[in-house]
Amino acid sequence: MRVPISWLREYVDLPASITGREVADALIRVGLEVETVESVGADVKGPLMLGRVLEFVEEPQKNGKTIRWCQVDVGAAEPRGIVCGARNFAVGDLVVVALPGTTLPGDFTITARKTYGHVSDGMICSTRELGVGDDHDGILVLDPSDGTPGDDAAPVLHLRDEVLDIAVTPDRGYTMSVRGIAREAATALGLAFSDPVKPELAPNVSDKGYPVRVDDTAGCAVFAAVTVEGFDPAAPSPRWLQRRVQLAGMRPISAAVDVTNYVMLEFGQPIHGYDRSRLAGPIVVRRAEPGEKLQTLDGATRELDPEDLLITDDSGPIGLAGVMGGATTELSDTTTDVVIEAAHFDAVVIARTSRRHKLSSEASKRFERGVDTAIQGYAAQRVAELLVSIGGGRILDGATLIGTPPPAPQITIPADHAARVAGYPIPVEVFVRRLEEVGCVVETRGEAGAERLTVTPPSWRPDLADPNDLAEEVIRLEGYDTVPSVLPVAPPGRGLTSDQRLRRTVGRVLAGAGYVEVLAYPFVGEADFDRLRLPADDPRRQALRLANPLSEEEPLLRTTLLPGLLAIARRNVGRGFTDLALFELGVVFRPRPDAPAAPRLPVDRRPSEEEIAALDAALPDQPRRVGVVLTGDRQPAGWQSTARSATWADAIQAARIVAEAAGVELSVRADEHAPWHPGRCAALLVDGRLVGHAGELHPKVVEAYGLPPRAAAMELQLDRLEASMRPVSAPQVSTYPPAKEDVALIVDAAVPVADVEAALRDGVGDLLESVRLFDVYTGAQIEAGTKSLAFALRFRAPDRTLTDAEVSAAKQAAVDEAARRTHAVQRGT
Amino acid sequence: MSGPNTNYDPVEVTPLHADEVARMRDEALAAIAAAADLDELRSARLAHAGDRSPLALANREIGALPPQARKDAGMRIGAARRAVNDALAARQAELEAEREARILVEEAVDVTVPWDVEPRGARHPLTTIQERIADVFVAMGWEVAEGPEAEAEWLNFDALNIPPDHPARTTMDTFFVAPEDNGVVLRTHTSPAQARTMLSRKPPIYVICPGRVYRTDELDATHTPVFHQVEGLVVDEGITLAHLKGTLDHFAAAMFGPGLKTRLRPYYFPFTEPSAELDLQCFVCRGESVGNPDRPCRTCGSEGWIEWGGCGVVNPRVLTACGVDAERYSGFAFGMGIERTLMFRNGVEDMRDMVEGDVRFTRAFGWES
Ligand SMILES: [Zn+2]
Repeated sequence: MRVPISWLREYVDLPASITGREVADALIRVGLEVETVESVGADVKGPLMLGRVLEFVEEPQKNGKTIRWCQVDVGAAEPRGIVCGARNFAVGDLVVVALPGTTLPGDFTITARKTYGHVSDGMICSTRELGVGDDHDGILVLDPSDGTPGDDAAPVLHLRDEVLDIAVTPDRGYTMSVRGIAREAATALGLAFSDPVKPELAPNVSDKGYPVRVDDTAGCAVFAAVTVEGFDPAAPSPRWLQRRVQLAGMRPISAAVDVTNYVMLEFGQPIHGYDRSRLAGPIVVRRAEPGEKLQTLDGATRELDPEDLLITDDSGPIGLAGVMGGATTELSDTTTDVVIEAAHFDAVVIARTSRRHKLSSEASKRFERGVDTAIQGYAAQRVAELLVSIGGGRILDGATLIGTPPPAPQITIPADHAARVAGYPIPVEVFVRRLEEVGCVVETRGEAGAERLTVTPPSWRPDLADPNDLAEEVIRLEGYDTVPSVLPVAPPGRGLTSDQRLRRTVGRVLAGAGYVEVLAYPFVGEADFDRLRLPADDPRRQALRLANPLSEEEPLLRTTLLPGLLAIARRNVGRGFTDLALFELGVVFRPRPDAPAAPRLPVDRRPSEEEIAALDAALPDQPRRVGVVLTGDRQPAGWQSTARSATWADAIQAARIVAEAAGVELSVRADEHAPWHPGRCAALLVDGRLVGHAGELHPKVVEAYGLPPRAAAMELQLDRLEASMRPVSAPQVSTYPPAKEDVALIVDAAVPVADVEAALRDGVGDLLESVRLFDVYTGAQIEAGTKSLAFALRFRAPDRTLTDAEVSAAKQAAVDEAARRTHAVQRGT
Repeated sequence: MSGPNTNYDPVEVTPLHADEVARMRDEALAAIAAAADLDELRSARLAHAGDRSPLALANREIGALPPQARKDAGMRIGAARRAVNDALAARQAELEAEREARILVEEAVDVTVPWDVEPRGARHPLTTIQERIADVFVAMGWEVAEGPEAEAEWLNFDALNIPPDHPARTTMDTFFVAPEDNGVVLRTHTSPAQARTMLSRKPPIYVICPGRVYRTDELDATHTPVFHQVEGLVVDEGITLAHLKGTLDHFAAAMFGPGLKTRLRPYYFPFTEPSAELDLQCFVCRGESVGNPDRPCRTCGSEGWIEWGGCGVVNPRVLTACGVDAERYSGFAFGMGIERTLMFRNGVEDMRDMVEGDVRFTRAFGWES
């Protein structure tokens, strides 16, 4: 809502010296969101004055134009010679002249300049050049009564003003009017307020008014109609009115339209004017019937919904109630008889219609936020009086006023309610006075110290419905800065949960291992699944779809972290960073097959456990995962060593790092799983349960994402690790010496090292302290198709020094178990 | 090897003369002093203190002397040999120290040579700042509550006093999960996590809810469709606006340093009543840029205040919908954008920097922001 300060002054007794900024600050303090204070007309400087055209000569030019060489009286001894391209004026007309040295909007400074063979000593201005209108078809011709040559043009044009731009929150519909803002300003500044809704505006209601029938009183509580006859459609709207409408952000159109807009801005009551000659029979307010259509003023033809509230006449729909009028009864430049509608429409009905037709208007914005229920007759009468004062004619005897405003709710509260909400003492008198200032009627009952207040909010404050609404009014008007600062003491808490701690630890260890965290958007498309080469039946293709995605390319929610990680890797590569180790910790969305819709539960009570379960059943699974992507070199070439490429092994190691952070044992086995390289993909298991995959990406996937060759990735489901997290049981630290033995085993090349190692461990049992692979050999010295694995074994007993016999028995047990499970043969035997 | 001389012949035993002993000692001392390194010293030791050195040979002659002369000569030779040994030990220590010092000098390296390491990793500042915020509250006994990102519409809106046709609902730019009428949205704020907390436990409730939220804004320098919020909720007996203010003051001090003022401005949120917007005194200029064109402040645009978040007393309707006895309990809630907080706290100028995952941006923040 844009409000010129000059308009506010009509209803608030503002001191002459007060600035727009000061008014804004006062309004901000009581809770209006003043976004800007604009000094309009301040960009016009210098000698801008009234002038009278004394004579002119028309001079056709070679370019086909005809200019006028004018002599203009600007109040000085000598007239000025000015070249003017417009031809909409006559000798003797009063015009606005910008003399050399004048700066017009757009930082356009006028100089005396030679043009069309003359020195033009100034410029005769159009409304657009002056910034007071859109008209550029000709120059602005003033009324002879506007002044005399040489007068300063600024006051005549209502050029300078300050305009507050206020963002209106949904609860404060009444501030979508000059009236409402004036009331707030008066309260905030402690000044007198005079209500523009005056008793003398009460219309003369009788049954002789224009016939109206309201079939839907729930949607339309009040309907007022006042008729003006014999209005001169050619009468222009006065400059002050146009200027205010313009400064409030609307476009002046014609006197009749400008007046309806003016009163809407002033009272906050949307108005609609009908050309009476184009109305057929009585106005009927009803819901739409199936199949009905309406062409609205914006030219669109709209299919109506049975829920839409309509204004109709015998011809059918003539307006979408509270949103936009229809084309057939529109006011035009021939309209002489106007039926003025001021009605009260239900906020929810209007909001739905507005949303359904994607049509938001000044009217619908006000109805949605709640319009005063008691001013419809006054508003229609105000329009009628303004019209007659501008364009003549007369107000028909007999206004229509149907319906009565719903009774205001009464709220009974303890007199200390505001104090209990605020947390500091607020005397009863202050509570009562503040409520009265916002327009409430307050009755005090009960004994001193235990009074109860019965509060009736004013008709323009439908937002005041609950005790806390009233408390807020008092606290905001007293000032939020008067509320003390008291730190509440919470009961002892339990700290972070184990999964919250795990996430922090995982993030830290991965960062410590050189990975950079990213937070990718979860939006993906089918193309990502194709790029990842997911099989048609891969469950990761079952993704949740957004009804209104930002991009039609990415309408799905991620079922894996990889597309986001790969896209971010690609972005970094594009920016010249090819050696990357990235990680992300985040949720993926896995829809449950046949999930029911979430119920819409009541809000006046706690939902039952079954109802809450029904809400949860509608949601997808949202497990938390961690993923990494590696490209290029893990370690760049240095002065001591050559570069080390990131490989499948780094990706698997990332999983081990995560598992170590969780304190769980990760095991790995070969797998084939998209998007990984089928020969370089590991399934990651914890307690025998699949938790994820890691390895080198499939070359085609790497290519599809435009990454350097041999990029590797890992993804695992973090909450599956949590299931295996157990408290550590402390190890027994033996002080007896260790015994070390190396063993080399030849196995088939296809046998996984992990299997051999597991066999060695299991073969020895508790005496084995550690086992470490230190060499892998394939080549001429052993049979083709086999490999030799060399392990360092370390034995130790908790309670004694192992004898040579014990050590060799243990080693033999290890070798035997490896032979049994993997057909390993000890090398050199 | 010659055995002790048993023939007394004082005239013939010239090596035992005082002059001769002094000469042998002096020669030895001179040789020791002249030894330039440990090898030369070893030769000097052999020559002047070894078994075949003049003093050692002279010592053997002592037995040939008469008893009285034997004592004198013994004392002379002994003193001379001690002097030589002392000199040897001292020179030995001196030369060893010299050698060690030389080796240390020779072993000097260029310590500015970079070591070969994996490039360092980093955590995203949006993650670490959320942890930092959580820590401030956990230290006061609060707990961290979380909830799903794809959330029931009822919990995202209805339970928070935002009924279906409420203007606040239509302006929240919500992502709907298809089909649109199945009642699932991407949560537009972290408030549903608060509603879930109230539904799942009894007051007193002191929780902080950081997390990811969604609105249908296109990405630009100041907007992102996917962003992070942190919200706090307290429900207890006798909770007031003053408690909200005290909490926010503490929070601001913990994040931006002590002594910063906060300011509440009346506002509207459906889930709180009364509601306020929270402004933070500019922690860079502390308001001194206001009306002071010589010292403009980029952080606050010379306004002196930074809009930080929204807050208020929990609307009793919300308590009721979430199963809290609104007659007995009251509460407060507050929320702020994490991106915004990071933007003004760490001078991030473009929202896209926090979104794009450029490693240069994130690495700058290290492990903790
Ligand atoms: Zn500042």
